[in-house]
Amino acid sequence: MATEGTTTLTTLHPWAWWCWAIGIGIAVSGTTNPLLLALIATAMVVVVMLRRSSAPWARSVKAYLLLSLFVIGMRVFFQVAIGSGSGDTVLFTLPEILLPHWAAGIRLGGAVTAEGLVRTLYDALRLAVMLLCIGAANALANPRRALRSVPAALYEASVAVVVALSVAPQLIESAQRVRRARRLRGESAKGLGVLSTVAMPVLSDAIERSISLAAGMESRGFARTRGLPIRGALPLMLASVLLSVLGLFLLLSSSWWLLASSLLVTGLLGTAWGFHRAGRALRVTAHRPDSWGWRETLVAASGVGAAVLVLGLGWLDPSGGALHPSTDPLQWPDLTIAMLVVTALTLAPLLPTRARPLQTVPSVRHDTRVRSLRPQVAPELASR
Amino acid sequence: MITFDRVSVRYADADSSTLDQVSLQLPEGDLCLVIGATGSGKSTLLGAINGLVPHFTGGTLGGRVVVDGWDTALHRPRDMAEVVGYVGQDPLRGFVTDTVEDEIAYGMEQLGIDPVAMRKRVEETLDLLGIADLRRRPLTELSGGQQQRVAIASVLAAQPRVLVLDEPTSALDPTAAQDVLSAIATLVHEVGLTVVLAEHRLERVMQAADSMIWLPGDGSAVHGNPREVLAAASITPPLAALARAVGWTEVPLSVREARRRALAEGLLPTPPTPPVAETAPIVLRATDVEVRFGDVTAVRGVDLELRAGSVKALMGRNGAGKSSLLWALQGALTCAGHIEIDGIDPRGLGAAKARRLVTLVPQTAADLLYLATVGAECDQADRESDAPAGTTAGLLAELGIQLPPDRDPRDLSEGQRLALVLAIQLAAGPRVLLLDEPTRGLDYRSKAELHCIVDRLAARGMAVLISTHDVEFAALASRGTLLMADGELIAEGRTADLLTSSPAYAPQMSKVFAPIPVLTPDDVARGLR
Repeated sequence: MATEGTTTLTTLHPWAWWCWAIGIGIAVSGTTNPLLLALIATAMVVVVMLRRSSAPWARSVKAYLLLSLFVIGMRVFFQVAIGSGSGDTVLFTLPEILLPHWAAGIRLGGAVTAEGLVRTLYDALRLAVMLLCIGAANALANPRRALRSVPAALYEASVAVVVALSVAPQLIESAQRVRRARRLRGESAKGLGVLSTVAMPVLSDAIERSISLAAGMESRGFARTRGLPIRGALPLMLASVLLSVLGLFLLLSSSWWLLASSLLVTGLLGTAWGFHRAGRALRVTAHRPDSWGWRETLVAASGVGAAVLVLGLGWLDPSGGALHPSTDPLQWPDLTIAMLVVTALTLAPLLPTRARPLQTVPSVRHDTRVRSLRPQVAPELASR
Repeated sequence: MITFDRVSVRYADADSSTLDQVSLQLPEGDLCLVIGATGSGKSTLLGAINGLVPHFTGGTLGGRVVVDGWDTALHRPRDMAEVVGYVGQDPLRGFVTDTVEDEIAYGMEQLGIDPVAMRKRVEETLDLLGIADLRRRPLTELSGGQQQRVAIASVLAAQPRVLVLDEPTSALDPTAAQDVLSAIATLVHEVGLTVVLAEHRLERVMQAADSMIWLPGDGSAVHGNPREVLAAASITPPLAALARAVGWTEVPLSVREARRRALAEGLLPTPPTPPVAETAPIVLRATDVEVRFGDVTAVRGVDLELRAGSVKALMGRNGAGKSSLLWALQGALTCAGHIEIDGIDPRGLGAAKARRLVTLVPQTAADLLYLATVGAECDQADRESDAPAGTTAGLLAELGIQLPPDRDPRDLSEGQRLALVLAIQLAAGPRVLLLDEPTRGLDYRSKAELHCIVDRLAARGMAVLISTHDVEFAALASRGTLLMADGELIAEGRTADLLTSSPAYAPQMSKVFAPIPVLTPDDVARGLR
């Protein structure tokens, strides 16, 4: 169908979305300004809502939003319950529980100060928005397609992840089915007993599913273009990775930057070469390989730009300033032009991409939601 | 094309060989049908063709299997992929990717085929099986028939010379099964593929078969002309039963063949006398039942009555709302409307009490089993139903199924497992029995046993409602039939009237002897006497 055919044109390379989201995430990590964080979060949600597809993984953004709210709630709760009371502006005082002297430093209840609360809130907000960045990448990029573009040396690992991704929802589906079937026997088991009665059929189902999947992959030629492992590739790669870690450590913690950076570069080169050698053993081809064009570059660049901008601002003004508004004494956070630019960069992927046409499922009968509720679509146990 | 040379297969823990000194040759371009009871080794024979047996399943292989010059002892199944395409029983379980196009390309990616050639082959395969408009759809949202065609397409894209299919239509409704079978027929006639296909329900497939392999279950294999093999085999599709009833030595493979012969011989069975109107008390009465899943209405406005001692069939396409209706009647699914069984609404009772009024055997009966032995399951069922010890085991014996109490329920055959679940559910002493798609995976003998069981339960005054795709079973077991479409009950009446009036649902005997309303070979035998 023509309308469905056009959808590929608007599909961006999955790593472009990840690059954008990680860039924004790095930018977020460099600030605690609640105004900026709120702007970025809003922009993020807008991009996801306008550019996500109708696929199952695209529905995950709601879960990430809830997780973010949960993180904020937990942080605030702990700050109120066992926070240290820095600052002078006491909002209210909880009854304090006196702990024995060996637990000095931990305080249950007591005065809750505005300064402590605001600082926690800023911190929690930063973490929540970073979570949201991961959620956005998940919703916008098909995780399976993202895994298809990994270096060939990691092919087996990516296949394992893809299989796990497809088995997880099936496990939930069969657990629901068995749980419902158990009701037909009167739900005689209680408490932990239920778990064991459900686990047994679900696990045997999962094992049989995996075996049929493995048989399917085997009979369709999986793993046949694998050559013999190349001698020496593994030790070389291990050594290279160790070198790069050592280089990075020295770069960050010492002043021998020349030695450190040469170690790092050597290590990275060695790793890349090892990946290349190992990948040559695999001759799997790709149907419709994802291409990297100017759109992808723009999207990825907007993320990198935001990260560079925020980190640069932090480097230029180490005292904090607008990026880290003071909480003691309390201050209304400022919004600068640079922050508006960061927000604009977050929204930037809207320009080179287009919204996908809504895909309609011809029959509601095959909607995934109905399928998970209906027992009848559950495949029978393989008869032998 | 395919040569079996004294092939024996023996699994490590088995008492005897599954295949024993089997020798046969299948010429190129044949459609060969493999028939046999459950556990007779059909899947083993199919798996041996591409080397899954023994490379993947274990066991020892004796003799040689050679396909297009490739010896399976020397080549792994993955190497055979470009010679043999293998489609397992449940297509959804074998899918590796998540959309139709990716799935079709997967095999070729593994074979390392050039992307340009791959693109072209994907298009050709999509067209060949008539699924081009599904190309970007997620695999999980397809119907059963579409999934089966995608599974076939996904192995065809690598251009094998042989296609092996394990029960491709067992889970499909009659129309979807017809779609898949006509796709297979196209592959045989237009593309010249050699197809080997195992099936339990032979009614629709056997007319297309060029040859047939019957596995009697003792390790041997009988290969030959389908007409002769069927005449000897213990597998009796309706036309074979007819041939036996009227004394033909060759089994007609199609309705047309049987009808011509019956006309030529002037066979005119007297139709069975229509049963008198039922007067037994009504046990289950449901009015205006409606089941909703979010904004989707699965069942709407269904009115239903079941009388004591009656057996009714519930038919309709996949997704017509049959299962939802059964679950709703059991009280296990939230629904609107009015349901009463002997004047009590099962929905307000709680699970343990509801099953004493009405019980349901779901489609995946094995979901109800979770203990290690048959005996433990029976004892547990007695406790659940507050029945005296030994009730369930007694019921099992009454159903005519002998199961050693120390067997593991997962090692039972499909039919035995169904009987065990049935006994467990009946231990609660319900008035109404609901069976959801019980004939799936059953061979003809197990189906006949199930028919006897249902008859016996009805004679004891139980009301039975069976949802099924199997028209022959519905014709055999039920007196009344309900037809559902798109969540609504569209027709209700006597099975004889309802089934014979629609070509898709008419049993073969009624087509052979139309306009005489006979439904089963037994009716014919009785009518000719």
